[in-house]
Amino acid sequence: MTEFDPQDLKAYAEAADAWFKEHVNPDPGFLLPLTFMEVGTDQQFHFLRDWQNKVFEAGYLGAAWPKAYGGGGMHPAFQAEATKAMRRNGSPIFLNAIGLNWTGPLLLDMGTEAQRTKYIKGILSAEDIWCQGFSEPENGSDLGNAQTKAVRAGEHYVVNGSKIWTTLGKYARYMILLARTRTDTSRKYDGLTFFLAPMKIEGVETRPIKKLTGEHGFTQTFFRDAQIPADEIVGVEGGGWKVAMRTLEFERGARGGQAGGYVAVGSNAWDVLELAKKMNRGGKPALEDASVRARMVDFMIEIQSNALCAQRTGFGPLNTDRPTGLALSSKLMNTEFARRINEFAISLTGPSGAYYVGDKNAVDGGWWTRSYLNSFSATIGGGTSQIQRNIVGEHVLGLPKS
Amino acid sequence: MQDLGRLGFSEDQATLLDVATSFCSAKSPISKVRRLIEDETGHDPDIWREIVELGWLGIAIPEEYGGAGLQLAEVVPVMEQMGRYLLAGPFLSATLAAQAILAGATEDQKRTLLPKLAEGQIATLALCEASDDWDLVNIACTAQSTASGTLRLSGEKRLVCDAGSATTLIASVMHEGRPALVLVDRSSLGPKALRRETIIDETRRAWSVTLDGVEVATDAMLDPARAQAALRHIHLSANLLQSAEMCGGTQAVIDYTLDYLKTRVQFGQLIGAYQALKHPTVDAYVGYEQARSHLYSAAHCFGEQGVGEIATRMAKAQADAAMSFAADRAIQFHGGFGFTYDCDAQLYRRRAIWHASQFGDAAYHKAKLADLLL
Repeated sequence: MTEFDPQDLKAYAEAADAWFKEHVNPDPGFLLPLTFMEVGTDQQFHFLRDWQNKVFEAGYLGAAWPKAYGGGGMHPAFQAEATKAMRRNGSPIFLNAIGLNWTGPLLLDMGTEAQRTKYIKGILSAEDIWCQGFSEPENGSDLGNAQTKAVRAGEHYVVNGSKIWTTLGKYARYMILLARTRTDTSRKYDGLTFFLAPMKIEGVETRPIKKLTGEHGFTQTFFRDAQIPADEIVGVEGGGWKVAMRTLEFERGARGGQAGGYVAVGSNAWDVLELAKKMNRGGKPALEDASVRARMVDFMIEIQSNALCAQRTGFGPLNTDRPTGLALSSKLMNTEFARRINEFAISLTGPSGAYYVGDKNAVDGGWWTRSYLNSFSATIGGGTSQIQRNIVGEHVLGLPKS
Repeated sequence: MQDLGRLGFSEDQATLLDVATSFCSAKSPISKVRRLIEDETGHDPDIWREIVELGWLGIAIPEEYGGAGLQLAEVVPVMEQMGRYLLAGPFLSATLAAQAILAGATEDQKRTLLPKLAEGQIATLALCEASDDWDLVNIACTAQSTASGTLRLSGEKRLVCDAGSATTLIASVMHEGRPALVLVDRSSLGPKALRRETIIDETRRAWSVTLDGVEVATDAMLDPARAQAALRHIHLSANLLQSAEMCGGTQAVIDYTLDYLKTRVQFGQLIGAYQALKHPTVDAYVGYEQARSHLYSAAHCFGEQGVGEIATRMAKAQADAAMSFAADRAIQFHGGFGFTYDCDAQLYRRRAIWHASQFGDAAYHKAKLADLLL
């Protein structure tokens, strides 16, 4: 798999481009979510699930995952081309993010043969939607302190407790679950076990959470004597913390092997530039205002910073001093950027910044305000920006733990 | 969507980065940097000879003129490591002077001068004046043709780096109402024409130079038709190489601060454990990585019409922001020691101020970018 014919790659890339050009539907007739965390209606869910299935069937998702489990068995360069073609042609996001980016690569890395055979294909086809159960109501950033209990009883573990911020919880068939199998270990981390937990069973209940945007997106998940088969563990009992940390490396992009595609599209500086041209300041386009221009340039430099830092991860000799630095800081850079540029966009809309989604006077249907409010899901979820600074400070710069 | 540049990294850049890192770290320990601050010349001539022997002066000079035939992109890793280790010397001046000649001289002048520069003869640029303008075509100094077929110069140049060690100065002047570049032998300047200036970055040497009464031959003028383009090329080349020197310095000042945060104890714990210090240090580090990504993008795209200018201005803007912030916080986070001359944080803060003052700071380049992008 290490070698491939460049001609084949070129042909594949061209075919992918043509396929997405033909199949992307630029206007489904309703507002699509920007990220997998923002799926708020059944209409959005079914549209995106069908879309992912269609792309997978066409051979443009999981192209580099092993054939034996349902992937395309090709060199990663092929998937990279397919993903580029998606972006170029404005494909919607890919719904099954937890599966494509976390569970899939994790199972290919650490899963058993049986687990790979059982789960990989359903992840790619979106037949099996995955969610993640790490955070708890009392333990958000402090994952290691998770209190949801899993007690071994014969061929099962009996689970009790609650997980929160379960993205796609209403739709998910499986959850990657971090639960406590022992309470008497000297280190709290050693009592944790990593499960592949079924969601559609007795004793598992989800309750929708209304977000600050006014929409539904997450659920809280309650376990009441739910039974998980004992062979649905990744790694070993008590080894869950290590597996969870590996999972987060996949999430943060510090480790490769994801299925391809993308799970979020951001507001970009060019769209905001268009907004600045059409809004007014003193009877002239806002873009002629000196302070608007200055801030606009700052955002363009920053968006280019983030793009270049992402490219730079591919240039080993430029990353010798702190090899994980760029990957571990990318979440911090990108999510904080998204929050601030959306905030700036609201300010560009002047008095209409007062409108929200649902009012006919809202600029761009209220997109900017909703994007700003939703952007906090990324600066908080998956480890807040403050936790990210601890991670970079401690793991990249070697500073003592706080 | 406009092309803002992209990353690339050549084999030659990788090799030079390795060699320059080892060389600069070995030749320029901080004790030596501090010793040279007290030295009138300001650099070690033996190290300069070694740099010449390494061929670094000719990296971006074409082979036909005695150089290695590479690009400024390959000078960038060398300049970056010199910045990281605060290695003193006229490397930046000499490299920029060679670029001025490449972009602005006649064929004869190139054949005469470039091989000498590749072999280590020191030349420097004399561009700044009392107008305090970063626009290099705003020039008050003049060159006037005389009846005897020479050019008579007048006016004063400022912040002429390494004028004390240079053999040749390349001065910008107005000639017949248009900008021109003129070669001036330092030996033709009177003893009182040079005044060493007191500047913020004590690892550098800069001079005021009075041109009044200096006469040069007419063939000392570079190709007048190319003067504007040459000044533009000098401006962008200087900013690219300054960005490199600043990126290196930013890395160094962050590392220096990290050492302190990992060893200094207050209230019973290492101060690096306090998030009030840890988080801004991470912000400084992220700013540095962003600046370095911009730097190598600018190096890679430098020769491309349009994109090269955008990428270079972004690189300087980001390098200024990153180094100024990192060095500013470095002083603060060293507490009382940070307020002393002995703390190295000041070396980097002073250097960031110097670089911001030369060829445009972040605000200046952002204003230019606004016109290019919006």
